[in-house]
Amino acid sequence: MIADYLILSIVLFCIGLLGVISRRNVFTVFMSIELMLNAANLAFVAFARLHESMDGHVLAMMVMAVAAAEAALALAVVILLHKHKSKLDTNVFSLLKG
Amino acid sequence: MEHTATYLGLIPLMPLIGAVVIGLMHMFTCTGRKIPEMVYSVLAVAGPVVSTLLALKTFFHLRAMPEEGRFLTQKVFTWFKVGELDVAMGFLADPLSVLMIVFVTFIGTLIHFYSIGYMAGDENYGKFFAYLNLFLGAMLILVLGDGPVVMFVGWEGVGLCSYLLISFYATDRDNVLAGNKAFIVNRIGDLGFVLGMSLLFWAIGSGGFDYLALRGNAADLAPGMGLAICLLLFVGATGKSAQIPLYVWLPDAMAGPTPVSALIHAATMVTAGVYMVARFSFLYAHAPLAGTVVAWVGILTALLAAVFGMFQKDIKKVLAYSTVSQLGYMFAGVGVAAYSAGIFHVFTHAFFKALLFLGAGSVICALHHQQDIWKMGGLKAKMPTTYWTMLIGCLALAGCPLLAGFFSKDEILYMALANGHTGVWLVGVIVAAMTAYYTFRMFFLVFHGAPRDQEAFSHAQESPKVMTIPLIILAVGAVFAGYLNLPAIFGGDQQVTHWLASSLVERHPHGSVGMEIFAIGASILAFGVGIYVAYKKFWLGAEEPEYTGFAKFAYNLFYVDQFYHAVLVRPYKAIGSTIQAVLEPYVTDGHVKISTILYQLLGRTFKVFQVGYVRIYALYMVIGLSLMSLFLSQTLN
Repeated sequence: MIADYLILSIVLFCIGLLGVISRRNVFTVFMSIELMLNAANLAFVAFARLHESMDGHVLAMMVMAVAAAEAALALAVVILLHKHKSKLDTNVFSLLKG
Repeated sequence: MEHTATYLGLIPLMPLIGAVVIGLMHMFTCTGRKIPEMVYSVLAVAGPVVSTLLALKTFFHLRAMPEEGRFLTQKVFTWFKVGELDVAMGFLADPLSVLMIVFVTFIGTLIHFYSIGYMAGDENYGKFFAYLNLFLGAMLILVLGDGPVVMFVGWEGVGLCSYLLISFYATDRDNVLAGNKAFIVNRIGDLGFVLGMSLLFWAIGSGGFDYLALRGNAADLAPGMGLAICLLLFVGATGKSAQIPLYVWLPDAMAGPTPVSALIHAATMVTAGVYMVARFSFLYAHAPLAGTVVAWVGILTALLAAVFGMFQKDIKKVLAYSTVSQLGYMFAGVGVAAYSAGIFHVFTHAFFKALLFLGAGSVICALHHQQDIWKMGGLKAKMPTTYWTMLIGCLALAGCPLLAGFFSKDEILYMALANGHTGVWLVGVIVAAMTAYYTFRMFFLVFHGAPRDQEAFSHAQESPKVMTIPLIILAVGAVFAGYLNLPAIFGGDQQVTHWLASSLVERHPHGSVGMEIFAIGASILAFGVGIYVAYKKFWLGAEEPEYTGFAKFAYNLFYVDQFYHAVLVRPYKAIGSTIQAVLEPYVTDGHVKISTILYQLLGRTFKVFQVGYVRIYALYMVIGLSLMSLFLSQTLN
């Protein structure tokens, strides 16, 4: 029973991870991160149900709140990036190259 | 008996405050509008005057105390404490240091007054008085310090001021070089002092490192160790007090303003070495060999400097060599264990040598900075006050009976004879004759005969009162200072010797009256011979001779400077530049350079991982986290 939820969670997380690593569009990367967060949420809720404790729910709610805040900030950053280079390709932003 | 006094620290503090205030005032106004000289003058003499009064207060305080245990101390604060070494910034006033501070402050104050006249109109008037005050403060710390470490603070302080004041006219390169020379030569001596001090601490310092404790523990010292300490400390003294082989800086130090020559390089600072030997008399008393070395170095310095003095033509150089020569006498005195006689000569010498320098300064001022005695002459008519005071100074220096220098020098020579140092005595008598000769050679050339430079002579006039009054006061001192220590044979009771007795470890030999009369007779004879030869040659005025043979050799100071330059300075410089060219870049800096190269290489290698793309960094994170979880899962099971 729990295994099904966890498999779904892992699959979602891996999709998100692959998205972050392989995609170049900033928005896609951003959506992939959200996917990973929600995969984690799913695991929390599943375990909370299994252990019949509220701890998991609390953490899930908190992750959502953090994700919302992060989304607000990230979108602002994306707008600034776009203003700066007129592009949303992550490969354009490579100032840290050694 | 209460042995603490709360005002001792103020004695050096007063001139030091003056130095800071005047120095800051000069610093902030030297580019803009000048502060009137009057303000500086008042501030400059305030500190020394207060110090003089406090020194006298200390003297009377001590005199009221019973003879044994006659000392005052003040511990101001603990300076540093490392293991057994506990050094306090403390002051000690005992008969020896009080005698020193009384005449140092007194003569220092007079010279401050004199300088008001001498330095008038100088561009760096404020700076001069800041340095002069600083010097006086440092000298008082040197004398009043309650242990070798505090003494060393003053020791270095006076060395610094000496350097600053020698190169006071810094626009002339020669003056700057003379300052450097004094500083560097003194450094060599200071190394000896520091080594001696360290050895002293190592040997007996654990019971307390001030004079009183050291004196109590001096008996525990092994003889060889005592000898080593005494000789190392004496190396320090040869630097500061211009003895063989480190005397070379003092004649060059005459590049400074004349009041500085009088105060620092004749009356006070250069006697610090003699004071130090007398201060450590409890060590020297147990090391007779060290005393013999001191006595012979002293008397040979006296001889050498007298030979040089006979052939100089710069009036200040003549006086400089006479100072070196008299310092030699003082060391001969402390070397033959006649510490009180040596210190008494310091005391009387301070009066007549300060007088001679100030008189010479007065002459130099009148002749618009002409210092060559072969271009002077006949000044007696123009400068009567300077003439008469200089005459007293010259007679005192030459050892004329009944003047200050006679009693103190005779005491040293008699003690040398009575303590069995016949050789020292013999050389001393010969030097006495030479002293009389070169002193009056200078005196006759300057004041008698016909003027050699009519132009300068016609403009010459007597110096202002602020300069002549200190001369008169010092002349009174030069006449009467000797009577403070009148020996029994003249019906005196040797007050100074008795006063100093509790500070010094001294044996008083019981020489016969016949021996004393013989010693005095020899001294008077030497004085007479010297002055007679000078009278014969120079009374009627002589023209400058061509120096040939030995005279040329002596005029050029036996080429000692050139010898030092060739044997010490040049090889030293060569070693220095070799180190700079080879050792430093390739050996000592080598590993530093190699490590920077290695780090560069490391950086270049790892640079490839910094690709700059966000997603690659995300990949690194995934790899890192995976490895970490793998590791944790392995270890936790």
